[in-house]
Amino acid sequence: MSPDDRPDESPDHLDRPGRTGSEPEDTDRDRPRPPRLEWDVVGVVAAGGAIGSVARWGVGELVPHAAGAFVWSTFLDNVPGAFLLGLLTALVYDVWAPTRLVRPFWGVGVLGGYTTFSTWMLDAHDQLRAGALPTLALYVSLTLVLGLAAAWAGLALGRRFA
Amino acid sequence: MSVLLVLLGGAVGAPLRYLTDRYVQARHDQPFAWGTFLVNVAGSLLLGIVAGAVAQADAPTWVQTLVGTGVCGALTTFSTFSVEIVRLLEERRTGVAGLYVVASLVAGFAALSLGWWLAASF
Repeated sequence: MSPDDRPDESPDHLDRPGRTGSEPEDTDRDRPRPPRLEWDVVGVVAAGGAIGSVARWGVGELVPHAAGAFVWSTFLDNVPGAFLLGLLTALVYDVWAPTRLVRPFWGVGVLGGYTTFSTWMLDAHDQLRAGALPTLALYVSLTLVLGLAAAWAGLALGRRFA
Repeated sequence: MSVLLVLLGGAVGAPLRYLTDRYVQARHDQPFAWGTFLVNVAGSLLLGIVAGAVAQADAPTWVQTLVGTGVCGALTTFSTFSVEIVRLLEERRTGVAGLYVVASLVAGFAALSLGWWLAASF
């Protein structure tokens, strides 16, 4: 199924690079107008974001960390969250029948709210302030490498159902 | 109490990310994920200001729970960031993927540090 067949409007550009890369630069005039904003989609993104954020906060409460230490709570949000978004992305685009609200709720809302980039940066900043440079290097690189591997594994697993 | 602040902040941050990404992608249809890049850097700046204000300027901790954990946590995303990079690598856009990773980390960390520094100078 081509992404163009989907009735929902993808909130991000995940499906775009492949089909736009070879096209020449166009102007705003030639570009299709952005679709009308659908407020029910915004609503499910907000609901999912609230749920995902509370889950992330819960993990932080359950897994506390000392100042400058490896932040397992953020790590346990981001790496599994990347796996689940990879899985969801493959299922939504390649396996399931087109839906309008599944990806906005689970992908943009819940998993977007559950994972965080800013806290990852704050953790690294705390590690730098504490002078824990080996921890900082390990924390940033391990999150990045395992996050990418997890996203790849999620996509690969989802596509097996296609 | 904390759980309600996070709930409220998350309900604001996630749609803000959705709307920003939608707005940016409608205007910059490029392989580089400008929408996610923008929310991740802006959210890091805001988190730096808030966390810095709580740590250095005696701002109340509930502000960090609401704006930091709630809004900034949901405004920024690691899962979309990761899937975008894997998609770029699958399309053999290795240069764009590498640039996206490095630019996000450098700009994100610099924005957070700038916010922290700004909060101290208030």
